[in-house]
Amino acid sequence: MKRILAALLAGTLFGVGLALSRMSDPTVILGFLDLFGHFDPSLAFVLAGAVGTTLVGFRIALGRQRPLFADEFQVPASRAIDRPLVVGSAIFGIGWGLSGYCPGPALVALAGGVGTAFVVVPAMIVGSLVQRFVFQNRTGV
Amino acid sequence: MHPWLSALLGGVLIGLSATLLLLLNGRIAGISGIVNGLTQASQREEWTWRAAFIAGLMSAGGLAMHWLGHTTPSPAGVPLLIGAGLLVGFGARMGGGCTSGHGVCGLGRLSRRSLVAVLVFMSVAVVTVFVVRHAIGAAP
Repeated sequence: MKRILAALLAGTLFGVGLALSRMSDPTVILGFLDLFGHFDPSLAFVLAGAVGTTLVGFRIALGRQRPLFADEFQVPASRAIDRPLVVGSAIFGIGWGLSGYCPGPALVALAGGVGTAFVVVPAMIVGSLVQRFVFQNRTGV
Repeated sequence: MHPWLSALLGGVLIGLSATLLLLLNGRIAGISGIVNGLTQASQREEWTWRAAFIAGLMSAGGLAMHWLGHTTPSPAGVPLLIGAGLLVGFGARMGGGCTSGHGVCGLGRLSRRSLVAVLVFMSVAVVTVFVVRHAIGAAP
């Protein structure tokens, strides 16, 4: 039960963070990616705030023997810079650049009743199912 | 609040969320991975924590974006949105993560794999936007 509540709290903070930083607004994302148009640096500030926090927070968390509510840390063990990593990330980048939606912000926009998210979220889920069907349960982060 | 300041604060909240999930449950806050686990057969508690995380993300995020008035849709049309969604879902699973798993969490634990992933998807997305907006001159 503790683990469920911890996940609910973490999800809540994540959702508020995405909304506050306007990441659920695809025009902000596209504005950042459009280096040659009306550049919007917001995404850089979001990443700086988030990674700045995880750089410190993860050090503290992973310095412990085990998590507070679980037996062990489950972090990805793979260190290989392989083809699926590069090709998959490139495919992701094309989709991200076409719509301005990555998974977290798209889910927030869906919950907020934004019409375009109702199209993109089901397509994302279908895309992940197709990947699993093709590659038989390759898992990563 | 200045948009850059709210972006920085929102980022800190996202980083705190990822830190809490790791510190308390020992798990990585990668949204595509968490959602992916929901469509797979798994132990009941494994499924429930994922559902709880997504429920919190969607309810709090959905409410907050209305309070803040950030409800702008994507400029892309329906066929492009479908294609984009398929690519994002497929690519995130093939590459083992998205902006949260590789970006927020992977960079936070100094993973070289995640740094490569972030550099690849950022630069490909920049090129994609350039091609769509400036080379083809299409709307989004």
